[in-house]
Amino acid sequence: MRFFADQLIFGLTTGAIYALIALGYTLVYGIIELINFAHGDVYTVGGLIGLLLIGMLHLQGATALWLIPGLLLVFLVAMSLNGLLGVVIERVAYRRLRNAPRLAPLITAVGVSFILEGAIFLVKGPNHISYPNLLPSGTISIFGYALGAQNLIIIVLALVLMVGLQQFIQRTQIGRAMRATAQDRDAARLMGININRTIAVTFFLGSALAAAGGIINGFYFQDIFFNQGFQAGLFAFTAAVFGGIGNVVGASVGGFVIGLIVAMVGGYMQGGQQWSDVFVFGILILVLVFRPTGLFGMRVPEK
Amino acid sequence: MSKTIARRTNLLLAASRERKIPYLLLGIALILFPIVDSYTPHVDFVGDAGRWILLALGLNIVVGYAGLLDLGYAAFFAIGAYTFAILASPQFGIHISFWPLLLVAAFVAAFFGILLGAPTLRLRGDYLAIVTLGFGEIVPRVIRNAPKFTGGVNGIVGTDQPKIPAFLGFHGYSFGLNPVPYYYLMLVIIVISILLIRNLRNSRLGRAWMAVREDEVAASATGINTVTTKLLAFALGASFSGFAGSYYASKLFIVTPESFSFIVSVTVLLMVVLGGMGNIRGVIVGALVIYALQSYVLVQLPGWIASATQALNIGFLNNIDVASYVQQSSILIFGVILVVIMLLRPQGLIPSAQRKVELELGTSEESVSDLRGSA
Repeated sequence: MRFFADQLIFGLTTGAIYALIALGYTLVYGIIELINFAHGDVYTVGGLIGLLLIGMLHLQGATALWLIPGLLLVFLVAMSLNGLLGVVIERVAYRRLRNAPRLAPLITAVGVSFILEGAIFLVKGPNHISYPNLLPSGTISIFGYALGAQNLIIIVLALVLMVGLQQFIQRTQIGRAMRATAQDRDAARLMGININRTIAVTFFLGSALAAAGGIINGFYFQDIFFNQGFQAGLFAFTAAVFGGIGNVVGASVGGFVIGLIVAMVGGYMQGGQQWSDVFVFGILILVLVFRPTGLFGMRVPEK
Repeated sequence: MSKTIARRTNLLLAASRERKIPYLLLGIALILFPIVDSYTPHVDFVGDAGRWILLALGLNIVVGYAGLLDLGYAAFFAIGAYTFAILASPQFGIHISFWPLLLVAAFVAAFFGILLGAPTLRLRGDYLAIVTLGFGEIVPRVIRNAPKFTGGVNGIVGTDQPKIPAFLGFHGYSFGLNPVPYYYLMLVIIVISILLIRNLRNSRLGRAWMAVREDEVAASATGINTVTTKLLAFALGASFSGFAGSYYASKLFIVTPESFSFIVSVTVLLMVVLGGMGNIRGVIVGALVIYALQSYVLVQLPGWIASATQALNIGFLNNIDVASYVQQSSILIFGVILVVIMLLRPQGLIPSAQRKVELELGTSEESVSDLRGSA
């Protein structure tokens, strides 16, 4: 039972990270119907920006008085910078191809992914880089189970970001513009919505959330490397499809589900960790066969 | 209207007559090359380009003709290579002849292509991209995790070499490790492939591919079964990859999972995109350019820079480890080429006329409004 609870918490924690990445896929796909292959690498860049900021602010070994505002600053700045990266990518690589055949932006997205990966590789090299864990290491006892404080913080933080995003999309003017653009771009333009700005905001939000995921991942695994975004991106995309691509709640739920499945396969199957991506891939295929619209998705007609 | 068609047909015919002579000369040059330049590493180098051309030609069916993005092309290459290696090596003591295995490998790869494509191609085209991306990632993973069948990370060593069947003479000559017979074999394979693909493109199926690529809804309305059409393109592309894989396994004497990573898939994609999607000549040129870039220019560049800095006596460059930077930046260079081509010249170096119009003007919506405007 104890082992099961451990795997459960591990799954929810990694699932929170997948969910944060999956939101970026689902937002972008929802609004311009593009699988943004570069998103996994944007996530890695976000983690690296966080690492850089932690070093600049001397957060390692800092007292709580400085650590808490410092961490907030790290998240805010890293998310903003990474959001800007997303906006720049959209502006440079995708905007011109918005009306091109669908193949063109997809190929460009692969190219951008390679550019980011290559750039990280050039700067940071092929090796794993150690990441400091700045989250508290204590445990909290719940019904006799020692729950890691860091797991709790990660899950709560991810949930806060998800709810925040959901509220942003539902309540604010820009959020409404995003939904309108996703539904019908031309009609939205006729209603006076600035399409370019709305799409830019979408990329900003997705990349910012990916940065949060990247930093959390760094804290939790104390490790970051140049192509970690490849597998994480694949898992997160599966999560987005599982939840119904284009659907924000779906991507969040999907992220947690994928995290749980990976954790359980890794925990209970012999040699399961080696096969986790085979399992996730199997899920992707099964979802596409039996319920391509995902858990929460609606049937979208071919435009 | 009919006048225009007649004029265009005449122009095309004239063009094809003009083209024949350079091709003939090129063919003679290629046949004579190993005789003139008997230094075998050179023959090997040129022969190896053929493998990439074959891969690019196959991917062109999927990406260029049918307009589907296949990011796991190396997986089918791996499947072909391992099919061959398992059936013709000491691994299980099975030694089936090379020639039937070429076709078996192609068939097995096509089978996996259908297995993967059947659920995916019913959906929108871009799902295929991510599914193939995942497939390309898990095939090497499965190979690594199943050492009983595939030798795991060590791969399968000692694959069989082709022998010329005794009834054809040559005393049942075995290719061994001599690159010259492989060179000629590859030349024959490529010529047959080009003829095959060209006929396919002009066939009913080929025209259906292009119709689906241009406008799936319209194609389906004219009675084309879009799912079958896309599936055939995908499986045929996979079979080319499997075919090339078995050739590769035999020639290299060893197969290991490391030879089939994602970068291989992207390299082939880059060849197709750079050369010109949907154009056989373009794809061949693209394959040659990228092959030369990665196995000659990037290998030689550090040496060139070193000698240049010595000659010019630029001190600071000597302190930088240029060689490692150049090697490390190949991913970056590939990415930049992909993006720049798609943004500035999506039709590639040598475009197919039809594809150029599509990529420059966009798809259906724009062209419809153009028609309305002129009417």
